[in-house]
Amino acid sequence: MSAVTAYTTTANVAPEDLYGVVAEFTTVEGIMAAAEKAKKAGYKRMESYTPFAVEGLDEAVGHEPTRLGWVVFWMGITGFATGFFMQWYSNVVFYPLNIGGKPLNSWPNWIVITFECTILFSAFTAGLFMLGRNGFPRPYHSIFNTPGFERASRDRFFLCIEARDEKFDLDETKDFMETLDPVRVSEVER
Amino acid sequence: MATARRPQDVPKIDETNRVIARGETYASIDDVVSQPVEETPFKTPRWWFVGITIAGLGLVMYLVSVIKLLTTGIGAFGNNQPTAWGFFIINFVWWIGIGHAGTLISAALLLFRQPWRTSINRAAEAMTIFAVVCAGLYPILHIGRQWVFYWLFPYPNTFGLWPQFRSPLDWDVFAISTYASVSILFWYIGLIPDFATLRDRARHSFMRWFYGILCLGWNGSTKAWQRYMRAYLILAACSFPLVLSVHSTIAMDFATSQVPGWNNTIMPPYFVAGAVFAGFAMVLILIIPLRKSFGLEKIVTMRHLDNSAKLMLATGMVVVYGYFVEVFMAWYSGVEFERYMIFNRMFGEQDAWAFWALIFCNGIAIQPLWSKRVRQNTTWLFIISIIVSIGMWLERYVIVVVTLKRDFLPSSWGGFNPTFWDFSLYFGSIGLFFTLWFLFVRLLPSVASSEMKELVYHDSHHGSDYFEAARAEEFKEKGLPV
Amino acid sequence: MIKEAENKINNSTLDIAAVREKLSKSQGKAYWLGLEELSNTSEFQEFLNEEFPRQSVAYENSVDRRDFLKLLGASLALAGLTSCVRPVRPSEKIVPYVKAPEEMVPGRPLFFASAINQGGYAMGVIAESHQGRPTRVEGNPDHPASLGAMDVTTSASVLGLYDPDRSQTIVGGADFAAFATALQGAAGGSGFAILTETVTSPTLARQLAQVFEAYPQTRWYQYDQLHNDNTLEGSRLAFGEPVTTRYDFNQADVIISLGADFLGEGPARIRYTKDFSRRRKVLSAENTMSRLYVMESTPTITGAMADHRVTIRPSQIVAVAGYLAGELGVAGAEGALPENVNAELVEALLADLQAANGRSIVIPGDGEAPYVHALAHAMNSALGSVGTTVFYHENVEAQPVNHTEQIRALTAAISAGEVTSLLVLGANPLYTAPIDLNFAEAYSGITTFHVGQYFDETAARSTWHVPQTHYLETWSDARAFDGTVTIMQPLISPFYNGKSDHEILAALLGDAEATSFQIVQDTYTANVQGDFDDFWRQSVFAGVIAGTQAPLTEVTLASLPETPTLSSGEYEIQFKLDPSILDGRYANNGWLQEVPKPLTKIVWDNVAFIAPATAETLGVSNHDIVTLTVGENSVNAPVWIMPGQAANTVTVHLGFGRGENAGHTANGVGFNANVIRTSDTPWQTVGGVTRAAGRHKIVTTQIHWRYDSPSGENDTWADYKDSTTQRRHIIRHGTLAELQAEPEYPKFVHPVAEEASDLYPDFAYTSYKWGMVVDMTVCTGCNACVVACQSENNIPVVGKKQVAVGREMHWIRIDTYYGGDLDNPEFYMQPVACMHCEKAPCEPVCPVGATVHDNEGLNVMVYNRCVGTRYCSNNCPYKVRRYNFLQYAELTSTATELSLMQNPDVTVRSRGVMEKCSYCTQRIQQGYIRAENQGRKIADGEVVTACQSACPAEAIIFGDMNTEGSAISSHKGSVLNYALLGELNTVPRSTYLARLRNPNPGLVTGTEVQS
Repeated sequence: MSAVTAYTTTANVAPEDLYGVVAEFTTVEGIMAAAEKAKKAGYKRMESYTPFAVEGLDEAVGHEPTRLGWVVFWMGITGFATGFFMQWYSNVVFYPLNIGGKPLNSWPNWIVITFECTILFSAFTAGLFMLGRNGFPRPYHSIFNTPGFERASRDRFFLCIEARDEKFDLDETKDFMETLDPVRVSEVER
Repeated sequence: MATARRPQDVPKIDETNRVIARGETYASIDDVVSQPVEETPFKTPRWWFVGITIAGLGLVMYLVSVIKLLTTGIGAFGNNQPTAWGFFIINFVWWIGIGHAGTLISAALLLFRQPWRTSINRAAEAMTIFAVVCAGLYPILHIGRQWVFYWLFPYPNTFGLWPQFRSPLDWDVFAISTYASVSILFWYIGLIPDFATLRDRARHSFMRWFYGILCLGWNGSTKAWQRYMRAYLILAACSFPLVLSVHSTIAMDFATSQVPGWNNTIMPPYFVAGAVFAGFAMVLILIIPLRKSFGLEKIVTMRHLDNSAKLMLATGMVVVYGYFVEVFMAWYSGVEFERYMIFNRMFGEQDAWAFWALIFCNGIAIQPLWSKRVRQNTTWLFIISIIVSIGMWLERYVIVVVTLKRDFLPSSWGGFNPTFWDFSLYFGSIGLFFTLWFLFVRLLPSVASSEMKELVYHDSHHGSDYFEAARAEEFKEKGLPV
Repeated sequence: MIKEAENKINNSTLDIAAVREKLSKSQGKAYWLGLEELSNTSEFQEFLNEEFPRQSVAYENSVDRRDFLKLLGASLALAGLTSCVRPVRPSEKIVPYVKAPEEMVPGRPLFFASAINQGGYAMGVIAESHQGRPTRVEGNPDHPASLGAMDVTTSASVLGLYDPDRSQTIVGGADFAAFATALQGAAGGSGFAILTETVTSPTLARQLAQVFEAYPQTRWYQYDQLHNDNTLEGSRLAFGEPVTTRYDFNQADVIISLGADFLGEGPARIRYTKDFSRRRKVLSAENTMSRLYVMESTPTITGAMADHRVTIRPSQIVAVAGYLAGELGVAGAEGALPENVNAELVEALLADLQAANGRSIVIPGDGEAPYVHALAHAMNSALGSVGTTVFYHENVEAQPVNHTEQIRALTAAISAGEVTSLLVLGANPLYTAPIDLNFAEAYSGITTFHVGQYFDETAARSTWHVPQTHYLETWSDARAFDGTVTIMQPLISPFYNGKSDHEILAALLGDAEATSFQIVQDTYTANVQGDFDDFWRQSVFAGVIAGTQAPLTEVTLASLPETPTLSSGEYEIQFKLDPSILDGRYANNGWLQEVPKPLTKIVWDNVAFIAPATAETLGVSNHDIVTLTVGENSVNAPVWIMPGQAANTVTVHLGFGRGENAGHTANGVGFNANVIRTSDTPWQTVGGVTRAAGRHKIVTTQIHWRYDSPSGENDTWADYKDSTTQRRHIIRHGTLAELQAEPEYPKFVHPVAEEASDLYPDFAYTSYKWGMVVDMTVCTGCNACVVACQSENNIPVVGKKQVAVGREMHWIRIDTYYGGDLDNPEFYMQPVACMHCEKAPCEPVCPVGATVHDNEGLNVMVYNRCVGTRYCSNNCPYKVRRYNFLQYAELTSTATELSLMQNPDVTVRSRGVMEKCSYCTQRIQQGYIRAENQGRKIADGEVVTACQSACPAEAIIFGDMNTEGSAISSHKGSVLNYALLGELNTVPRSTYLARLRNPNPGLVTGTEVQS
């Protein structure tokens, strides 16, 4: 798809404040292929930016699977325990009362609230853990300096090889990027 | 790369079967979704102003009624002995039920890999949240001393007192607060990428700032997407059982009592079905005008309406089955109180009309949905949805009021007369709901554009029925019938 | 919508024929409550839909301030939270106790014996005082007319004390001194007269004597609507002297009431109820009951207790009495049985009487013609009851006279110019006087001095008016029905400088400074042998003066006069005192206005009772208006169709329609039946009844009352609906014969198996285990418990509108069911209060634990914790919980004095809070304190609930079920004991003794068949 001609921007960025080199693609296939190649070429510190979640791209850029699931699981257990303990303790130990002749520990009555607590803990863990680990809220990010990056949330796909990658060399990397058939390659300062 | 098929290559198939119209691109999705939100205030369509004005008036009526309630007391309303619960609880159950379709669409259909959910889940979730707001206020308002409603929560206090955890009403407190907070979280997280889109599209610096704050600095990095998708899936997995539990809990307000007509084990499942039933009706009531006025026909296609209608029909039949079981159990139990209750519902001088009216609304009025022609006709869908909403309100009326009027001791049988304030509070809450709704459609993207893009991607690469194929594959692997 | 209904109803009529037809088909015992239930015509159903008061009266737009104030005038207010809401604090500098008054321990009440003077007769009370505030009265166990029990008027009298509508200033002159001089002036001149109510008070009699000495030409008249002229004339007729008859129902095996409501009317009603009930108390097959036959034209609580009730028209009583007397061999007595009277029954009745050999009573109604009384006296002597069950003694009134004649004479005297100035003590003749005398006109023509508690109709037309003291404010004395004298002592100094009758007469005698205390003492100093102080302390303390009971007298029957011919017409109209407010003297008492009338449950209204058949012929239904015409006078009255009312008779209650003079509570309530009441036929007369335009909404607290399918089948919805109540086994009833047939396990008590089973272990109640038993056999449904509870527990009055939408607040209610024949039903009373279930359904559903169980099994309500979800009320199968939908307990500056009468031991509930019967937990606590101070357990009968203490029938038994041999244990052990809705396994602590009847075995009427 050569509707767009690839071109390179050469910003004179001092090496110390160089964040990385970013290639811009128009299609999912483009970014996927590029990511694969870059990984083959031995780049480690890569990140891709896409308008929507692209299946398999995380492996392509070499991300480990997230541990979110386990955290949620254990917090769910905690929620369960908390919910049940609260009811058992308040009714049996702390303030026992004869309620309609029912036994103090009428555990079947505790089920609903225990369940709700489990859900509450799990859900909030999932949401907040995700935001936290992603470092949100985070108004500024170097990648935003990429020219035309506003389309990263619209219809363009960006691959960034970061300067801290030990294999990183500005010129080499840029040339390598050119070979990936992007619509543009840019240097981005941090 | 250049493997993308051009539109004309795509095999011609029935438009209505598509979850998204042909020829949509990432950009076009963005434009369609964001356009209404990005309009300058002056460009806001007139119908929006008309709508929010009417809704706003309703909201005012709501506030006036609440003030009346707080200053005068429950006595201003129709409640009495023995009908100690009246419109408050009817409306509470009605609203909470409406909320359920939203969560079901966004969570359950996600888990079941139903792609058609994508374009309506945002609106549906919004509906859920607003409905829960309306619902959640009722229990607080209906108690006698509203200013101490927080006594229902476990909080540290000098008396060393706790809530009475055996009470279904306290289960409600937990269920509804959990439901509300989780729904809001789920909804907000779904919004983040679209906020980012709006931030990046913003022409005005204020908008950029506004949506920049809201999107928490989302940059679409793949690692973020990875965690995001997992969190989203887990939230869905939490919300699905949650939504089932919430209405079951509310059903237990009735089921765990010993009032004849309430004390039924059928209640929870039958309430959940009724909730989804009413919810889809409300979804249609909201979506049909929305897609027209915002020109979303290409995104929210007839396929969506059709599927909603089918689900409405299905759950509707479950509800009808519930009615049947109630009658059967009353007869089969051989308990005088139960039998009398059912007979009174069906033939009692005062309230038989309500029973037969709800049978018509929830049982008969939905039968045309068997026909595709009706399901494809927005006008008919709209009318039927309205009828269903009314029917579900009547169902709660029968369950709450008609049952309480005639319980164990005939000497204490009574009646129920709603006052002006009962109605004003009810219609007022509808005003509250639509005020929130109009603000939502104006200020927030009413379709999840990032998810839509995924859809466009698959659609453009694999044709519209790719998903059906994929699911068939999956089912084959699992050895399930296709 | 409601409007349409109204219109439909206006042209709807009752299909009585259909109803009766249904009932005639009746196989088993037909039970129903309220005629509405019996007809199923479509108009009728519409009528019915509208009929449910809780349905039909939409409660317009919440609080209407004016309405609030109206009620608040007396009653709503007093339910109030004054002490909390707006403290009553004098603006001046106040000084704390330095030396506390003797005996007064803050927080502990003091009790004083006194008596309420009602129609001249004393009813002994024990008044409770908290720091000098009378808060409550109860019966005085030592007093012959009370024996510790009460009725509605007695309990409610304490509210009368604090009524802010009481007259508060002297009208007509500057001050009391001016009044005194004016009065002396008038008395000094000629043509001075005194009008009093019935006088039994020795002191008042003594003073009157002095007055006649000082002013020889003074005339004395008495007029009192409560006075039983016919009884008096009756004994004159029989014995030539006005002796008083006293009955001993405890000794009677057979009782024949000829229109007598001896359980509900007269100065001895409480005593008679006690005697009657004790004779009918049945715990096991060993016990026996007396048998009661009642012949009456309108159902009364006495008729409701009858084993055989005969409905006859008032004019037929003479004939029936004559027939009975003739059969019993009374010389000169004859009479033919009317065709509508079951001859077979009358024969059986006569047989019973003969068999009772003396242990029988024939008692005529106060309203019946003197001739009937004469016949009754003759029959009693013929049966040899005199001396066994019937006793005669000197009339205890200072001057026994026919009051109707007196007021006629007074009017004549005024018109003739013989009386030019009049002193009225307490009476309100301008409202109560027979209309034909035109007393009002005569009265306003002369100089008048009125002494009364209210600025009422009479006061408004008087030259002078002086506030009168309430009986709790002054020293006085009065005789009981049997002559026993009580010295009445005040608990509080008079509000608004009220003056007692004694002080008025003293002023008339020139001593305006004399105190009631001195005056009353002077009565006794003369004729007391021994130490006067001892005598005084003894008498005042006990509440009775020992040995003042009137001695029995020998009487000789005079020969019977000619049988009078009672005028009988198409419609006969009967006048009765209202069961709650009597002749209107208590009209401004909110408690008495709101207490549901026995049998009908009507509140805040009086009605014209007509028979179903009459309704049919007139084409009217409940709430329709009819015009009652007597001579040229007529009045419009709302109709209430009363099953058991004699055909073509109308019964109206007096005391209502007080116009604008009675006070905020009473004004505009009901219609005034006095305007068609003439002096020659004051109690029953002949008149016309025609349908008038319009409707008047009558409010009742219970409407759905039907018990059984009249047709005995359940094939249609209507039949099914009809029969639901009986299949719920709410009222369990049988006959003494049935009990004796199966003494171990009577079927009628246990129609269904009720083995309770539970997954959970039960809580153990080791210390105390409070429980209650209600004996439906003796309960007369007199409402004494309802008002006693209201007074004890600071229960608010809510007004007609609120009752109409089902928001009455009474903690105990008396469910009433009608059964059997439409024209002559049986009545069943069932007092229902919180059952204190051990497995209370209300408790687990409360989200804040505001209602929980204590370790003695009380279901306690924690008002401060209640948030008002009302779920407990929904889940209560007995619907005994009451909710403060509005700030009923509100108070405004107009009624601060009412706050003084709150019971300080009971929390006053605020808006949005649930409340209910607490088994008088405050009394249990007092019992604790007493017992624990003395280091013992609470004795059986030491803790008495308010309803129990009030009940004249001793139908309510309360106590600790763990105490061996306690009254409660023996009642719980009775074979008649059953739990209401026991199959729900709520394990209620309050249970019932099945209702027993003792019908004549020789008689098996249609309604006596057991299904």
